[in-house]
Amino acid sequence: MIRGRGTTFFCGSSARVLNGVCLLLTLVALLCLPIADIQIYQVDPWAELGRMGTGLIWPHWSDAWELSRAVGQTVAFALLAVAIAAPVGLLLAMLFHWRSVRILCASVRSVHELFWGLIFMQIYGLSATTGLLAILVPFSGVFAKVFAEIFEQQSLEPGRTLSPKVMGLRRYAYTLIPQSWPALVSYTRYRFECALRSSTILGFIGLPTLGFHLETAFKQGQYAEAGALLWAFILLIATLRFWLRPRLLPFYLIIAVVLLPETVGFSNGGYLWQFISRDIWPAPLLAGEWAQATQWYIELFQSQVWPALVQTLALTQIALVLSALVILALYPWATRSMAGPMMRWPGRFLLLFLRSTPEMVLAFVLLLLFGPSGLPAVIALALHNGALIAFLVANASDAEWGGRLSRPDDPSGLKRYAYLETPRRFPAMLAFLFYRWEVILRESAIMGILGIATLGFYIDSAFEEIRYDRALVLILFTAGLNILVDTVSRRLRRLAHPEAHLEASGIDEKVDRDNG
Amino acid sequence: MSPHKTLVRLRHESLSLGGHKVLSDISLSIKSGEKVALVGPSGAGKTTLLNLLYRRVPELCALQPQAGGLVDLLSAYQNIFMGALERVGTLAALWNLVHPLAEHRREIEELARLLDIEEKLWSSVDRLSGGQRQRVAIGRALYRKRPVFLGDEPVSSVDPLQAEALLKAILERHETAVISLHNRRLALTHFDRVIVLANGAVRCDCASSELDSSALDRFYLEAGEDSSVIPGVPEHDAWAIGNG
Repeated sequence: MIRGRGTTFFCGSSARVLNGVCLLLTLVALLCLPIADIQIYQVDPWAELGRMGTGLIWPHWSDAWELSRAVGQTVAFALLAVAIAAPVGLLLAMLFHWRSVRILCASVRSVHELFWGLIFMQIYGLSATTGLLAILVPFSGVFAKVFAEIFEQQSLEPGRTLSPKVMGLRRYAYTLIPQSWPALVSYTRYRFECALRSSTILGFIGLPTLGFHLETAFKQGQYAEAGALLWAFILLIATLRFWLRPRLLPFYLIIAVVLLPETVGFSNGGYLWQFISRDIWPAPLLAGEWAQATQWYIELFQSQVWPALVQTLALTQIALVLSALVILALYPWATRSMAGPMMRWPGRFLLLFLRSTPEMVLAFVLLLLFGPSGLPAVIALALHNGALIAFLVANASDAEWGGRLSRPDDPSGLKRYAYLETPRRFPAMLAFLFYRWEVILRESAIMGILGIATLGFYIDSAFEEIRYDRALVLILFTAGLNILVDTVSRRLRRLAHPEAHLEASGIDEKVDRDNG
Repeated sequence: MSPHKTLVRLRHESLSLGGHKVLSDISLSIKSGEKVALVGPSGAGKTTLLNLLYRRVPELCALQPQAGGLVDLLSAYQNIFMGALERVGTLAALWNLVHPLAEHRREIEELARLLDIEEKLWSSVDRLSGGQRQRVAIGRALYRKRPVFLGDEPVSSVDPLQAEALLKAILERHETAVISLHNRRLALTHFDRVIVLANGAVRCDCASSELDSSALDRFYLEAGEDSSVIPGVPEHDAWAIGNG
């Protein structure tokens, strides 16, 4: 519908519509530049960067046992969380025609794992329960939504040959679930990779996963150890398809339960009620003083919510446009047609490296180099998301190499890049970028935990000061913002390329709302 | 069910899809005990009419859509078993996915002999040929054990001899049947009523004894759009046309 209108406005050139969208986004990002807090504090990051590079090239780890335990616990959290979240999501997907289920899923999804972690930590302490719940609650919502979308794409014919009286689980078990089984499995597999990243960065709030050791190593300047941890993580993801075998899953799950860390501090489920009924509400509200409560909320909005919202959105917009630049700059280096069949491997490796490393880790490293401003966050987001999409774009180009569209007189090099490859990939690339928009927003909010003045910063401080009433308001605003951007990006995606959705449906799962 | 009771009555039904009129002003009724052949060139609206009939009395009908509605990942056995889903509880149905239920297994194996797909009963249906898949789809419809069969070209992908045998089996096991097909000989010999559709309208609705093959040909020719119909083709060669 929207596209139809666009074509009449722009006299039938698809390129002009797309360029218009890009121009608009770039203008918005430029307007955001003066608002966003992006300055370099440290004058000479190069020496530090050199030491980090050395650490990455010569990784070293003295205590192999501790390293393997950190890897084991990272995998354990991710595996158990996905093992629970996927069936829960499947059940919810079967009920997705209920509005209440859709709203529930959208709301649990819109709060980042780290924020869930901070919430559950108040109730269950630094425990295995906290780590598991932090991943599986938002993941259940994501699984439900994506599984329901996969079901929607299936043919309705098998269902129509059944008796109309066959309902619920029986109907799903024989029709939609087996019909979409390969898609369900491949999405769950991809989601497990996301869970590994989530599990890693939960270390930043104290759980004993790789992130915890990474943060410690980086903060202490032990870059060789940090390098070893990073390599361990990259290897874990790169070898996923070799060790993640369906048959070995029961075995892995048992080991995962054994490996879960013991509870540190307290674990008090009975505290839950007090948390919900008292702690998350401001004192005037509990006392029934409505005027003062309203005043409290208005003040909080003016002093924290508004500036944080502005900062989060500004950084998101800049990161979005930078991601596009990263894609355009990096994807040719990983293609057969432009880098060559052999020379594309270093490019592909770089993209895989950037794609596998969680944004939080990238941002944390850059933060050490550039000082505490929005700049590291923006660069990290652009590198991670840009590399992720560039990888998909390069794959799409390779898939077409030598295909029915290629001609012997096709240009090569820069001409090929400008006249052939980029125009062909552009619509899908934009569609992917809009898919990632919401993810970039979620991530730039969460970057606040590292000390950048986005929503996450205020949420983290509220938790630190044990002001759960404030944390609740901030989290609700963050969630609302996510839902809003999700809606806008879905509209824009249709505008950018209505067919891209269909074309990309095979790789949708790779770019859909994952958390990095 | 008492014979000759009206099952479905359509009165001046019209249906448009995307601005295109698929059915226009259809009035007809189907009585129980009738065996109705639905013929007419491709695009005449046969599928839409069958779906319309199905929606009126879904609980009485075993529907066999044109593509068969098979679930690729499941075995032929499971695909046939699906016809019985309403007769088994949820837990039994889930267990059957892991281990076939003995009584159903016996019955379905017998059905598979009739359909000549015994050897393929435990292969997933994505490994079967078009004809085998169609026989599995027939198996599911038969296993529904409903009084009314609604089939959209149910025997279009099997060879002539088998098609006739399968059609007989279908008609024997159902009190009432409405089946669309392109093979005019089968339509005239196995059914007692023939409805000819063209361009979404009923062109002829009469007893099969009142029609002959050349009369049917004329309806195809009048519709004028279906180039696959070659007039004057001898009866036994009509298969080449009928498989479309």
